[in-house]
Amino acid sequence: MAYFKITDLTKRFGGVLALEGVDMEVEKGQVYAIIGPNGAGKTTLFNCVSRVYSPDEGAILFKDKDLLKLRPHQIARQGIARTFQNIELFTNATVLDNIFLGRYMYKKSSVLSEAFFTPWVKDQELKARRKVEEIIDFLDLQAYRDERISSLSFGIQKIVELGRALALDPELLLLDEPSSGLNPEESQDLCFWIEDIKEDLGITIMLVEHDMRFVMQVSDAITALDFGRVIAQGHPREVQGDPEVIKAYLGEENGATP
Amino acid sequence: MFLQQIASGLALGCVYALIALGFVLIYKATEVVNFAQGEFMMLGAFVALSLMTGAKLPFFLTIFLAVMIMGVFGMVLERMVMRRLVGEPIFALVMFTIGLSIFLRSIAGMVWSTDTFKFPTVFGKSFTQIGSVTISSMDILVVSITAALVIILYLFFKFTDIGIAMEATSQNQFASFLMGISVERVFNLIWAISAMVAAVAGILLAPILFIHKDMGFIGLKAFPAAVLGGFGSIPGAIVGGLIIGLSENLAGVFLPAWVKDVFAYIILIAVLMVRPEGIFGIQEKKRV
Repeated sequence: MAYFKITDLTKRFGGVLALEGVDMEVEKGQVYAIIGPNGAGKTTLFNCVSRVYSPDEGAILFKDKDLLKLRPHQIARQGIARTFQNIELFTNATVLDNIFLGRYMYKKSSVLSEAFFTPWVKDQELKARRKVEEIIDFLDLQAYRDERISSLSFGIQKIVELGRALALDPELLLLDEPSSGLNPEESQDLCFWIEDIKEDLGITIMLVEHDMRFVMQVSDAITALDFGRVIAQGHPREVQGDPEVIKAYLGEENGATP
Repeated sequence: MFLQQIASGLALGCVYALIALGFVLIYKATEVVNFAQGEFMMLGAFVALSLMTGAKLPFFLTIFLAVMIMGVFGMVLERMVMRRLVGEPIFALVMFTIGLSIFLRSIAGMVWSTDTFKFPTVFGKSFTQIGSVTISSMDILVVSITAALVIILYLFFKFTDIGIAMEATSQNQFASFLMGISVERVFNLIWAISAMVAAVAGILLAPILFIHKDMGFIGLKAFPAAVLGGFGSIPGAIVGGLIIGLSENLAGVFLPAWVKDVFAYIILIAVLMVRPEGIFGIQEKKRV
């Protein structure tokens, strides 16, 4: 069976078909990119996976488990973490606190045991702290650890959000436009991190992305969407050369160019 | 005389602060302004009255039981009604709480009649002499219980995992889901905590004033207290409550009689003209 599989996924918003019969299979260890022009349904697809939206039809299976049967907060416990295009951090908290919250679901202590700070609670806190420090080292965030999120640049915030997602210790990581708003240098760093996350941490990655150069550099397989439908799927080189994809991005001969 | 008024003003302020706290807790987590907060307090007071005069339980056991009963009430209310309204416009939820307040007042009228009740005084008329000031033991009790409650809540939100989850939810619900925080459980608990705090406020207010089905209207004075502190700030609710309680009491003594009842609002307007976000308020900005 496939590691992560989407079949016949359909989502309507009133009369608009945001997703129409989308099929997709992701293998373990892949970096899988979803591309397409604005409004193609890429983020909607992610929102269906993380249960922000409920699709009208279709199935999403992760390791043979039906994600659509779960509540939104249970998705994280299946080993799926994500980041957002516009960043959803706890803006009044520090970098450290934000990443710490990624460890929330691993904590199993009660209010009472916390009140007495039992050795077990202490041990748990130490473990969480160690993990958080590893992530801060990995993403080079030492300089910002005690800064409030609201005082950081967009680029750094994006990296913090990636760090928080990693703190969940996910098996599958969904990145929504990870390189948007980053300068070329930050974008290059991100490429290396994605490599490392895949190679060293063994995390499978799905990403939505606009920047084709970035996509070609990191991904193992691509699905191209346009108006909610799959127009091309497969190896990056094939998808890049697909006439449908070129048409969707550049428009028809007389059509408006983006 | 002046110090005397400050002492009793502080006690009244503490009660305002506790009701304001109830407003703020629910608002922070769920963005709903619960206009039935004053009625929660009234219910808490009536439940305590029944336990004390009906079941003849001792004072501290009464407090404990009444607070627990109101906690369960808050949970059931959230589970049965508020959760079904999730996703509806916030305005609908706020309107619902206004309806709920009227409903609760009528129910209280049916169950406990529309009479005015007096809470059996716990300490009789005992007073403590500090220098030239005589303070009633009840005022001291009110202030110390409030202080203890605030410290417990502070520790809870700052250090326990579920408390941190609540704080996180109030900052960003979306992200909280993704961290594996059950936002529903957080909402459930916050309604329970709010109802419990309201119950404490009711029990503390009862000996100072009296118990009546309309005593929840005092919530309308606590509301300016919450706004004054910056709606959404816990320390703000406390400070706001104290300011309103103190100034109201002092106004009652040094200014013409009619000023007392509107003084809370006068202060509110004055502060909001200078600092529209309230004393402890932070202006939230969200990137679109």
